[in-house]
Amino acid sequence: MKVAQLFRDYFAKNGIGLGSFLLVAVLFWVVILIVLPQLSMLDFSFRHHLPPPEMGGPKDTYTIEHYKYLVLGAPGADTTYNVVDLGVFGRTLLAALFVTILDLVLCYPLAYYLGQSRGGGAIRILVLLLIIPYWINEILRAFAFRIIFGESGLINEMMLAMGLISDPVDFIRANVALYAGLGYAYILLMIFPIYNVIESLDRNQIEAARDMGAPWWRIHWRVVIPYAKPGISSGCTMVFMLSAGALAAPQILGGPSSLWFTQIIYQWFNTGGNWPRGAAFAIVLLVTCIIIVLSMMRLFKVKIGDIGK
Amino acid sequence: MTKGVDVDLENVWIRFGDFVAVREANVNIKGGEFFSFLGPSGCGKTTILRSVSGFLEPSEGTVRIGGRDMTGIGPNKRPTALIFQNLALFPLMKIWENITFSMEVKGASKAERRKRADELLEMIALPDQGEKLPSELSGGQKQRVAIARALCAEPDVLLLDEPLSALDLKLRQHMRTELREIQQRVGITFIYITHDQGEALTMSDNVAVMRAGVVDQIGSGHTVYNDPATPFVASFVGENNVFRGKVKSIDGDMALISTNRTGELLARIATTAQGTLKVGDPAMLFVRPEALNIAPDITPAPNRFAAMVKHEEFEGQIYNVFLEGSEGKEIKMSLVNIGTERQSAEGMNLTLEYVPEQAVVLPAGELASE
Ligand SMILES: Nc1ncnc2c1ncn2[C@@H]1O[C@H](COP(=O)(O)OP(=O)(O)OP(=O)(O)O)[C@@H](O)[C@H]1O
Ligand SMILES: [Mg+2]
Repeated sequence: MKVAQLFRDYFAKNGIGLGSFLLVAVLFWVVILIVLPQLSMLDFSFRHHLPPPEMGGPKDTYTIEHYKYLVLGAPGADTTYNVVDLGVFGRTLLAALFVTILDLVLCYPLAYYLGQSRGGGAIRILVLLLIIPYWINEILRAFAFRIIFGESGLINEMMLAMGLISDPVDFIRANVALYAGLGYAYILLMIFPIYNVIESLDRNQIEAARDMGAPWWRIHWRVVIPYAKPGISSGCTMVFMLSAGALAAPQILGGPSSLWFTQIIYQWFNTGGNWPRGAAFAIVLLVTCIIIVLSMMRLFKVKIGDIGK
Repeated sequence: MTKGVDVDLENVWIRFGDFVAVREANVNIKGGEFFSFLGPSGCGKTTILRSVSGFLEPSEGTVRIGGRDMTGIGPNKRPTALIFQNLALFPLMKIWENITFSMEVKGASKAERRKRADELLEMIALPDQGEKLPSELSGGQKQRVAIARALCAEPDVLLLDEPLSALDLKLRQHMRTELREIQQRVGITFIYITHDQGEALTMSDNVAVMRAGVVDQIGSGHTVYNDPATPFVASFVGENNVFRGKVKSIDGDMALISTNRTGELLARIATTAQGTLKVGDPAMLFVRPEALNIAPDITPAPNRFAAMVKHEEFEGQIYNVFLEGSEGKEIKMSLVNIGTERQSAEGMNLTLEYVPEQAVVLPAGELASE
């Protein structure tokens, strides 16, 4: 009854033509492009790795061997747990968390400044400067970072010239390049949501807090940050999800010893040719990320509905 | 609570680039006084208040609070509390947290703060509302919370920037009385900003009337209303009928003005103009609508003139009668409603009179544009 009413209102508002088009487009988007592929991945992850002729045959049954593999390793291995893969998995999540925090620390002051300084041409130029590098594609940007951070790169050259260091620093091996590259890649996704909420914060509230004797840090802690929380959490969610799932940047900028979990997934899909295992790993990553995000939101008392704001 | 302290502005100029927002302000506000700045929008009232609260340094001159030079002292270090034009309550803090924010800053314990919040909530007649959020209160309640929040800081001077402008008429009138009561109870200096002359007159001990960055007159509401210092004050504070003309003769503190359209009229020279106004000077004569009456006979006199009734407005306690004098001169007269049945007088030719001591003569000058 309620649903029928909803549909009637919807069509009354948008007209039959536009209304049905929107409905079909959204359904297509959600079902064909999001739900079905993910469902088939989920299905894949529970199947045996079989050569194509045996697919659909009697051996093609459901199994949890790939999930078991991620946790316990190959049967008969000399460790009880799959230390290598789990280690990479944990390190990837920690690194993604680190990138998120790094971006938050960098972007909050910037977003605050952009949001609170009233209008003006200078601000627009600043924002434009932030956007322009994003016209360059991800791979090119990653390689540019490689050049900047390389042993004979710009930064090493400059520090050598200024006499700050006597030997070049290997930023790539130390993963500095990776964190910088990832952090940089998602800066905008952090700045804009925070900027959006802070822009709507009444300046008088900041002044009122100041008038009552609050030092700047308390003004941020008690007035600005609580207000900006929806923006902060939507920025953090995006940055965390995307860095945990990044592939190009770790591939290009990661040190020789650092493996990103997505790289392992990629290997199973690609060189390993074991799609079910790749799918299982990818699903574990996705579900874990979602759980982390949801529990963080719980911890910081953010409602899902607030994030869209 | 601390007793209020003096606030002095000495030769204060405030400039924004080339624009002069406040020009040579000299104001002495006595401790424990309810002082208002009254002026039209954009005349620099908020700017003056911000220089007292410390958000703005005067370009020239000094602000003293309790005799102490405030130059270089930030808003968080001054003994003032400001109530903003839009209140600026913290939307995400509960009412009691809002009220006691200044104590939180000083590191008071939660128990102390709760206790103080309850006292203040009692005072503003909002007991048991401490757990609510500002968005759950009505306009007038938020208003009172803002006052409590400012008082909680135990300031020596409370600064109020048109805090009633967002309220409806009834509530505004009610809050006027309430504010005045609170001020008398806590005894601290209140500096109140408004463009509403009714507010300024009802609440204040003293009023400063401002015009485009200049303080035109400082005095009690009574003085400002009855003995204005400039044509601007005469026309901005309350309503006035203005007659332009030249001084024909002066006798003591009375002057006879030959007006442009209404013949010769007699009135008292305003205190500030006594001794300086000379025969032949361009002058303005002001008669309040309520000072006008219907003359008992039509004998000409220098406090009488003829006018024809255009229309009337009934306002309850008074009738406003709009008339047309000679050469289309617009006149307004207010008559007290004494409850007897009146016949509409539209189109009637009347002779109006006033008591010359109740009308004021000033040297010609700029009027408030309404
Ligand atoms: N930061 C600023 N920069 C430039 N000009 C300003 C600034 N602040 C105020 N002004 C100007 O100073 C003048 C006085 O402003 P102010 O806010 O004091 O007016 P006000 O009397 O409080 O008016 P209202 O009753 O509308 O609040 C205005 O013309 C305004 O444009
Ligand atoms: Mg103002």
